[in-house]
Amino acid sequence: MAERLRLRRVPFRLGTARRRNCGVSRRATSADFSRPEMKTMRHLFITLFCWLSFSAHAAVDPALLAQLAAEESDDKIAAIQAIAASADPAALQILQSLSAGTLTAPDGGEIMLNNRIRAELANALAGLRLVDADPAVRRAAAQELQSNVGLEMAPLLARALEKESDAEIHALLTAAYAQASLTSPDPAVRLAAVTALGASPSRSARNLLLPLTTASGEPDKGVRSAASQSLKAVEAKLAIGETLGRIFTGLSLGSILLLAALGLAITYGVMGVINMAHGELLMVGAYATYAVQGLFRTYLPGWVDAYVIAAIPVAFFAAAAVGILLERTVIRHLYGRPLETLLATWGLSLILIQAARVIFGAQNVELANPSWMSGGVTLMAGLVLPWNRIAIIGFSLFVLALVWLLMNRTRLGMFVRAVTQNRPMAGCVGVPTARIDTLAFGLGAGIAGLGGVALSQIANVGPDMGQGYIVDSFMVVVLGGVGQLAGAVWAALGLGVVTKFLEGWSGAVIAKIAVLVFIIVFIQKRPQGLFALKGRFVES
Amino acid sequence: MHRRNFVKATAVTVALAVAGFISAPALAADTIKVGILHSLSGTMAISETALKETALMTIAEINAKGGVMGKQLEAVVVDPASNWPLFAEKSRQLLTQDKVAVVFGCWTSVSRKSVNPVFKELNGLLFYPVQYEGEELEKNVFYTGAAPNQQAIPAVEYLMSKDGGSAKRFVLLGTDYVYPRTTNKILRAFLKSKGVADADIMEDYTPFGHSDYQTIIAKIKKFASEGKKTAVISTINGDSNVPFYKELGNAGLKATDVPVVAFSVGEEELRGVDTKPLVGHLAAWNYFQSVKNPTNDAFIKMYRDWAKKQKLPNADTAVTNDPMEATYVGIHMWKQAVEKAKSTDVDKVIAAMGGQTFKAPSGFEIKMDEKNHHLHKPVLIGEVKADGQFNVVWKTKGPIKAAPWSPYIPGNDKKKGEPEGK
Repeated sequence: MAERLRLRRVPFRLGTARRRNCGVSRRATSADFSRPEMKTMRHLFITLFCWLSFSAHAAVDPALLAQLAAEESDDKIAAIQAIAASADPAALQILQSLSAGTLTAPDGGEIMLNNRIRAELANALAGLRLVDADPAVRRAAAQELQSNVGLEMAPLLARALEKESDAEIHALLTAAYAQASLTSPDPAVRLAAVTALGASPSRSARNLLLPLTTASGEPDKGVRSAASQSLKAVEAKLAIGETLGRIFTGLSLGSILLLAALGLAITYGVMGVINMAHGELLMVGAYATYAVQGLFRTYLPGWVDAYVIAAIPVAFFAAAAVGILLERTVIRHLYGRPLETLLATWGLSLILIQAARVIFGAQNVELANPSWMSGGVTLMAGLVLPWNRIAIIGFSLFVLALVWLLMNRTRLGMFVRAVTQNRPMAGCVGVPTARIDTLAFGLGAGIAGLGGVALSQIANVGPDMGQGYIVDSFMVVVLGGVGQLAGAVWAALGLGVVTKFLEGWSGAVIAKIAVLVFIIVFIQKRPQGLFALKGRFVES
Repeated sequence: MHRRNFVKATAVTVALAVAGFISAPALAADTIKVGILHSLSGTMAISETALKETALMTIAEINAKGGVMGKQLEAVVVDPASNWPLFAEKSRQLLTQDKVAVVFGCWTSVSRKSVNPVFKELNGLLFYPVQYEGEELEKNVFYTGAAPNQQAIPAVEYLMSKDGGSAKRFVLLGTDYVYPRTTNKILRAFLKSKGVADADIMEDYTPFGHSDYQTIIAKIKKFASEGKKTAVISTINGDSNVPFYKELGNAGLKATDVPVVAFSVGEEELRGVDTKPLVGHLAAWNYFQSVKNPTNDAFIKMYRDWAKKQKLPNADTAVTNDPMEATYVGIHMWKQAVEKAKSTDVDKVIAAMGGQTFKAPSGFEIKMDEKNHHLHKPVLIGEVKADGQFNVVWKTKGPIKAAPWSPYIPGNDKKKGEPEGK
């Protein structure tokens, strides 16, 4: 009975106030239905259709539901707001399915959303979730409401604020409520809102406060001065976040430079081989990661997020194998002849690039970040640290520790140091120098492979990806001082932070030029680099 | 070098050269050669490889239906490797050695600018399938992509509209070369004419292949929190887009706060990116794969089948995009013009091109302008969906005429709407 009543009520409303409700298909059919009786029939038919398709959510006014499929964005937004305001238990479900794209229009077509509607929808959904029993859901909802909040949300937020017991959510809601009441006609309410915003620093708060400090944006003088005060407080806190963010991006770039250069610090820094194919060893590591990803996708689809971890040893040994091959076949015949080494390794790099083209194709290959490396963590206002960058900084520390342990705490490391410092003497006391050379070069290549794993997560993986890193790697090793690892660490981090500060100030292209000029001047003044090796050496 | 080695090397070289010389004309007896000039390696390969495939597919389609004037088409594919001077060298090779009747190719404007003098000197014919900055009208080139008034200007107008978010501040972000610089010059003049102050426009450029977008995203965030609704207009080209969009998603810059509209990013470029955090960011084109009509359904099916048959990488997720559609339309229009002219002679084909029409996958019967060598195209604006496809949120009622000389650049009002020397 109730259903029939609703059915009768709706055509009336459709026929008068909300004529474009079932809009999407209307334009196409309007020519066929020109006579009045046909019009009524059409309304009846469409209404029936709307009602049927939405019958699962029968509790919400079907006219509103139909309006969700309206042609004009304004109508859709009005419908979303009305559904949210109805506080109906079904409202949440309807809006959720609308947001997920599973709600279909009365004619079976998709309901089109654009950014404006999506923002309204997100706010409406968050508003409904504020009364959820689970604090985690409430917190997420309150976080959602930190931007684009309009005056119409104010009563709802006020109600939620009263009930909220969790302190963190309360603070978020206070900020949201302040945003919502900024456009209130009452100056006292606005004053309170402006003052409250000063205590909750965020970019959106700054965005909202800035126009209120001018006479055209805010008529009331008291509110204006309060707004400038709040703005100052917000900007001070944002500035801290920005500076920290810049240091973080610098460290992140530094960690990438370090990973790219660490292998070279062994092959060039310690062994003295000018290895122009170093970039291609990074590429081998990156392609090894790609191959592991492919294996995981085919054989272990449930564990695909772990492919990066599995790729670490694979990339190390793949690159080390290539490195050992290069050393045994070419480089060992050229020890002590730097110019020939330079040319030969450059040729090797071209061979490796072409090999990658033949095996994997000339196009970049696609590497998906595992889900745990996507997104970021918000530390404070204006400071979001992406997980992949954090992971790479952590990984570079791990690789650094690994290399340090290998060089200083193992027999192999000791032999490597002995051979590079005094080859004949090391040979005399029974160190197999030729084998140590091979292993050391393999170690350097393997470390480069590890760098390739990290690069694959943030840069494009293609046959000539290594070319972009070879200059940077040599830069780091030369600047740090040939012959040791500590110099490479400081040089990489220093270059990273300096580059990022320059970029923020002058743009990417100028920053790169400035850094190169700086290095040229520095090397002129101090050819041995930041850290020079001390002690007795046999100069070759 | 030992003398024996020298003799051997010379003999091998001569033998190879002779072999190449003999085999080339032997094949060419009853075919029409067409050149395909797209980067298959380097930073632009991400975008251009699909265009080569589309061209080969279209040629196979035409050949299966009997070819052009009864002759089969023979594709000559070269790889200019994202290297701009190499584009000129390869196009000279196509025109003088392979003697192709027409060339389909180029993506970046810098590559087109590099080959223009070659086509002019040798009176060749180039079909350029990508949206570009205008400010050029060559007799030897047909532009099947969009001019600024068919893409950039409507997109910015949309951003300024209520549904686009009523943007008041704009970040013009691009790769550092002629297309982004010129487009941004036009957009700056356009924004000024709409009352946007210089302080509300930020322009920034990165080199080709740039992969660290942390600083730029941080700058955009800062710029966007200065009191007015901000939108980003991206003319980033090539594989830099992958790290850019990854960083955008990771930094939590949502489309509802700061929408990014891109002019060189389509379905193909987004294949390598997780698009879930990017939902709502925009692209402006004249075609999207998601356009629903029978011509497009057939086009998509043809490309998918082609990708499977050719065993392209990731063939099961093959997508179509705007420059692919423009390539397809361009090749078909050239065929029609050749049949009308009854000759592949460049001057006769150029004369026959004006006024050609073709039912395009975009759903419209589109026309080559009688005079200005550009297509009349519809403009579509799409939002990225979670599956990497685009949801069309705005479109023009029908195709609009291209204005290669933008009215927002001073002095252009005096320029003629057709190429010199025609």
